[in-house]
This record gives sequence, C-alpha cells and structure tokens, in this order.
Amino acid sequence: MVMILAMVVCANTGDLLLKRGMTQIGAVEISAAGLRHALLATVTSGTIWIGIVFLIGFMTSYMTVLSWADYSYVMPVGAFGYATLTLFAVTFLHETVSPRRWVGVILICVGVLLVSQTRPRTTEVAVREVAA
Amino acid sequence: MIRVALLLGVLILGTTGGEIAMTLGMKATGEPARLRPRELLAFLWRALRNGWFWAGVPLMALSFYALLVLLSWQPVSFVIPASALSYVVGTLGAKYILREDVGPARWIGVVLVCAGVALVAAG
Repeated sequence: MVMILAMVVCANTGDLLLKRGMTQIGAVEISAAGLRHALLATVTSGTIWIGIVFLIGFMTSYMTVLSWADYSYVMPVGAFGYATLTLFAVTFLHETVSPRRWVGVILICVGVLLVSQTRPRTTEVAVREVAA
Repeated sequence: MIRVALLLGVLILGTTGGEIAMTLGMKATGEPARLRPRELLAFLWRALRNGWFWAGVPLMALSFYALLVLLSWQPVSFVIPASALSYVVGTLGAKYILREDVGPARWIGVVLVCAGVALVAAG
C-alpha cells in the first residue's frame, strides 16, 4: 500500500516537472534539426532532470509492487493518481478543468475502487529470500 | 491531429509492451524480503540482471520520448489521461500474455477507468 502511494506521488510529481520543463523548451518540431534541438534542450534542462529523478523513484516502487501483485491490478489501482494529477494541474500549472473532466475523474476513481476490491495476485510468484 | 493520434499509438503500445516485459521480469525476480534500503538495492540488482527487464527498457524509452513530444504539443491534463487508453490494451495483455485471472470486477473497473478517461480527454 505504501509502495503504491509512493508510486502515485512520484509519477505525478515527475509528470508535472516534465510538463513544466517542456513548456520552457517550447513545441517540438518533427524534423531532423527540430528533434536534435529538442534532445539537446531536454538533456540540459534542470527541471527535466529533477522530473526524471522522481520518475526513477516511481520505477523503483513500481518494480517492487509488480514483483508480487498482478499487472492488471497494479495498473488500474495506480490510476487513482489521475484525481491528484488533475488537482495538481489546476493548482500548480493553472490549467482549467471543465465539469465534464471532473465527472471523468470521478468515474476513474470509482473504477479504481472496484479493482482494488479484487485479489491483488492471481498468478504464482517466485518467492526468494535475501541472503542475510 | 493525425500526428497526435499516431504518437499516442506509439506511446500506448510502447508503454504496454514495456510494462508486460517488466512484469515478466519482476515476477521472475521475486519480491524483496523486507522494504529496507539494502534489500531494495539487492532486489533492484537482481532485477537488472533479468533479460525481460532489458527487453522492456527500449520500449519504455520509446514511449517516454513520445510522451515528451506530446507534452510539448498538448496540456498535461489531456496527454496523461489520453495515454490511459493503455488500460484496455494492458488488461488484454495481462489476460492473454501474462495469464492473469481478470474477473468481472476488474473488467468493470477498467471500463469505468476508460470511460472516465474518454470524458477527461474530451474535456
């Protein structure tokens, strides 16, 4: 549960930082020069790198959760981050969110609640003890 | 709009393929005994030596760059929810490739998530 929470928080923070970083860089043009410029701009952007650190935190917690739970369980349950992401987008990026989008967010939350009621693991898993 | 749809396709297939490979790798790795830093590091090290993990990485890198480009074109509150169409693709993959037992409650949940996503994307 803690790992799922860490997963959601890190993913949200990472996505927001990426959006902020890419907004600073500007719209990417699909051409050899445009892509080269975008690649250079992204690897030299501090905001993008901090975003990547958060996404690494997400990867670690995600890998840990996947080592014991079903993919079809982790994937929808992780979606509860949409609710928080929408709140963050409104609060920090000042994006406008219509009532229809809020209804969508509520549907996602209900779906996540349903999935979280199911058994997290339906397949066998190799349990290995770490040598002390 | 066609380029957005195409890139969204790359994003969704890359994400799903990468995550399924990752799940296979993590299931082969096995769970860490405790959530202590040292054991987590040992666990990550075991995972890094798994072939499935490395099969997933290029797919995830591809979907990551598709995500970056999409984020430069569209607001984050469109891009992230739209990419969640991968929930259906991912659940199908979980059922038929990973052989997970996807029951009615899980399917209804996934369908609700997708309906929510469609509404959010239509904004």
